[in-house]
Amino acid sequence: MSRVRADEEEYWHSSKFRAFTFDDEDDELSQLKESKRAVNSLRDIVDDDDDDDLERVSWSGEPVGSISWSIKETASGSTGSLDGRDSSLQKGPSSYAALPKQASSYSLSSLFKGRNKLSSFQSLSDALTDTGIKNYAPELRRPKAEYKICSLERFRSLQDKLLLLDEAVAGHDGNVITAVLIFLKRTLRREILFRELEVRQVALCHLIHFLREMGEQKFLLDLLRFLDRTEEVALSQYREHLNIQDVEKRREFLKGCIGLPFSAEDTSHIQDHYTLLERQIIIEANDRHLEMAGQSELFRKYPRKASILNMPLVTTLFYSCFYHYTEAEGMFSSPTNLKKTFKIPDKQYVLTALAARAKLRAWGDVDALLTTKNWLGYTKKKAPIGFHRVVEILQRNNAPVQVLQEYVRLVEDVETRLNLASKYKCHDVVIETYRDLKDRVQLTAYKCKVERGSAEEEKIQSILSNMQIRWKN
Amino acid sequence: MAAHLSSGRVNLTALREAGRRELREFLDKCAGSKAIVWDEYLTGPFGLIAQYSLLKEHEVEKMFTLKPGRLPPADVKNIIFFVRPKLELMDIITDNVLREDRGRSPQRDFHILFVPRRSLLCEQWLKEQGVLGSFIHREQYSLDLIPFDGDLLSMESDSAFKECYLESDQTSLYHAAKGLMTLQALYGTIPQIFGKGDCARHVANMMIRMKREFPGSQNSIFPVFDTLLLLDRNVDLLTPLATQLTYEGLIDEIYGIQNTSEDFFDNLTVEQEFMSGIDTDKVNNYIEDCIAQKHPLIKILRLVCLQSVCNSGLKQKVLDHYKREILQTYGYEHILTLNNLEKAGLLKPQTGGRNNYPTIRKTLRLWMDDVNEQSPNDISYVYSGYAPLSVRLAQLLARPGWRSIEEVLKMLPGPHFEERQQLPTGLQKKRQQGENRVTLVFFLGGVTYAEIAALRFLSQMEDGGTEYIIATTKLINGTTWIKSLMEKLEPAPF
Repeated sequence: MSRVRADEEEYWHSSKFRAFTFDDEDDELSQLKESKRAVNSLRDIVDDDDDDDLERVSWSGEPVGSISWSIKETASGSTGSLDGRDSSLQKGPSSYAALPKQASSYSLSSLFKGRNKLSSFQSLSDALTDTGIKNYAPELRRPKAEYKICSLERFRSLQDKLLLLDEAVAGHDGNVITAVLIFLKRTLRREILFRELEVRQVALCHLIHFLREMGEQKFLLDLLRFLDRTEEVALSQYREHLNIQDVEKRREFLKGCIGLPFSAEDTSHIQDHYTLLERQIIIEANDRHLEMAGQSELFRKYPRKASILNMPLVTTLFYSCFYHYTEAEGMFSSPTNLKKTFKIPDKQYVLTALAARAKLRAWGDVDALLTTKNWLGYTKKKAPIGFHRVVEILQRNNAPVQVLQEYVRLVEDVETRLNLASKYKCHDVVIETYRDLKDRVQLTAYKCKVERGSAEEEKIQSILSNMQIRWKN
Repeated sequence: MAAHLSSGRVNLTALREAGRRELREFLDKCAGSKAIVWDEYLTGPFGLIAQYSLLKEHEVEKMFTLKPGRLPPADVKNIIFFVRPKLELMDIITDNVLREDRGRSPQRDFHILFVPRRSLLCEQWLKEQGVLGSFIHREQYSLDLIPFDGDLLSMESDSAFKECYLESDQTSLYHAAKGLMTLQALYGTIPQIFGKGDCARHVANMMIRMKREFPGSQNSIFPVFDTLLLLDRNVDLLTPLATQLTYEGLIDEIYGIQNTSEDFFDNLTVEQEFMSGIDTDKVNNYIEDCIAQKHPLIKILRLVCLQSVCNSGLKQKVLDHYKREILQTYGYEHILTLNNLEKAGLLKPQTGGRNNYPTIRKTLRLWMDDVNEQSPNDISYVYSGYAPLSVRLAQLLARPGWRSIEEVLKMLPGPHFEERQQLPTGLQKKRQQGENRVTLVFFLGGVTYAEIAALRFLSQMEDGGTEYIIATTKLINGTTWIKSLMEKLEPAPF
């Protein structure tokens, strides 16, 4: 362990590499000198490597890797092209052509890792991975001064850098593309980088993914703005709200999101999100106070199980129908206020209010919800959700049979009505329905289902003996 | 011992053996007694390659699960981390390493084995935390394709679909190509490659390029596979959304979910209506009811996506209506997930005003009314009357060929293509009388058990002519698939 660390230290503090600059100018002479020197050192190393089994060398920072890497890219640099089939190295001494040792088919890795070290740049991925990641000194959260150069610095001109990028993309290797992008991000002016990425979709997507992973929000947003991907900017920024735990701060943040370039539909949703949280903060504060004061019977009887903060709209409505049902519309906590502010459709409203009032066994409220008055003052029962659903909800909340019966009676579909009535023992409804269907057989059969001597039995008896009914069977 | 792997037409034992050798080599590199700290996710896939007995033979004395805190005591010379290249896991490893008692003797050596490959980001992250130098051996174990069964291979890459279709990140495609090169090294060059979809095209290109770059990989193995068929998942978005009705598929879907049987059948009815083209252009009552009753969000998303796919996109009003109801019921933050689904093509507005789905359904005979589940004669039995589009494409490729469905192919996303790979002379395959062709079907983005069942059905058909081996980036069902596209809404623990 310590051995490797020492090497690492030594590597980083060695003066082998020059400090980089942001200059884009080519310095061919010094490059050439450098490459000559590098090529010579390679020969020595390669001689020693005859017995190397060419398994991928671990990235522990041994200088060997980086020099051979330098060779390859310098060679291509001097010919001005990154095309891997660089001839100058290919015609190396024939003894080198014996490498790689022909791997036995037993070792998978050697099939694809084994490579001819001198054959030019089989692929950029091999070259880059041979040398070790640590050579790339990316800028992530560390001051530049701490790192010395990385060998990619050889790619000085914009043209070289772009060729490097294109080659990396063509190789499809994610690690390589990332490494190159990190380098370009550090050594190119933003506008140039953005401009070039705009026409290189794969590299662009890769960078975006990388920026998200590393949490580089600001850079990401600048990039998206440049690309005019305004909606994505908006959504990216909105996403950040999930990282804000403090409710007040989150509210502020959401407020800031409203002006962002969302689609028209999404804008209204974001607006609603902000408004909802704003209201929830107020309601939560008030209700916490009420609860602690201990004056409210409702809160005493049904202590709140959780805070209302960050709950969805419908959940908030349920809460409001539960604890604040009778409040005037002017209050933020009243259900009618919520309905109006968020344009909650009737169906959803009735359903939610119904569930809340049923839970509190407030059957009178249930009734009122389902009753409408027409212009003549006549009342009528109406359910925007179907009475079978109403029955379901009431039954789940253990409504007494008399209450249940009222609504079972109103189920439109006869078969459903009979099913529900039998299931929940709403005898009167069964009896009435069979009577209306003029089904004597079924009605007679149903007599066994009711208690002997009960009012229901009497009722059946009296209907059966009614001469006026024209039974169908 | 490896009976299930050698039972098929292609003996996948060789693949597993190759995997074992690579594992042994790495273990031996870390000489001496060892303990392995496992990323839990990997124990499944590794279990298909090697048993503990193999590890023991190479001096693995203890095994632990990766978790934060101090590593358990173990009197071993080496500690090896077996992990996927994920940043969250690097944090845990860092914690383990930093808490290691330096004073203890003898000191333990640390190593990492990245599966299936190393990652620049991960190693950089470790460096940032100051622990990178603590590891002696840092390597990768290229577990690209894992043999699950005699005719089934999977990369078990759960983010492949999201990466490819949402983020345009082709890393998993690169792995797929690498996996295919490995297969060809063991089973011979595949002479014919067919494909449909953008990702298919990329993988084929990568394969061709890789072959060019490694001339040494031209081998003298007699080819086992006749054909490779590469299929993008997004060529058939419908199949994973529908509830699978084969035994395995059903178990896969239902396990852990509490449905009443009534609700299950209601759900199924709506699915079948959509798939046969009924009322796909209106807001559906059952879906609305489920939202109102706050059924699990994934169930809702599957249904609305199914409707959208069967309608080639929803009318703007219908889409807006569903979106509003979902956001109001489950929370506004789900805007992010809905956005992802739109990007993936699963839940989107109808463009161009034309619904191609009925044409595709008719031409490819996807909906078979007279299905006989007891003794099926067509692949549509796997969804009780609906034939998976993807498998139909494979079926038609074998006979009579894709020329016959040119028009329909054009309606499906992505290019379709054919490539031929040169075989060295003398290795041209000569088929015996009555011998079946062997086709490898590679699903890029995931495959369902129902599709596997359908392909196996085709393999068994008398006079079918073709036997199928199935490969994929991941085994999926509708729930796991949609989940992989959902935004992670809980903030990170750190």
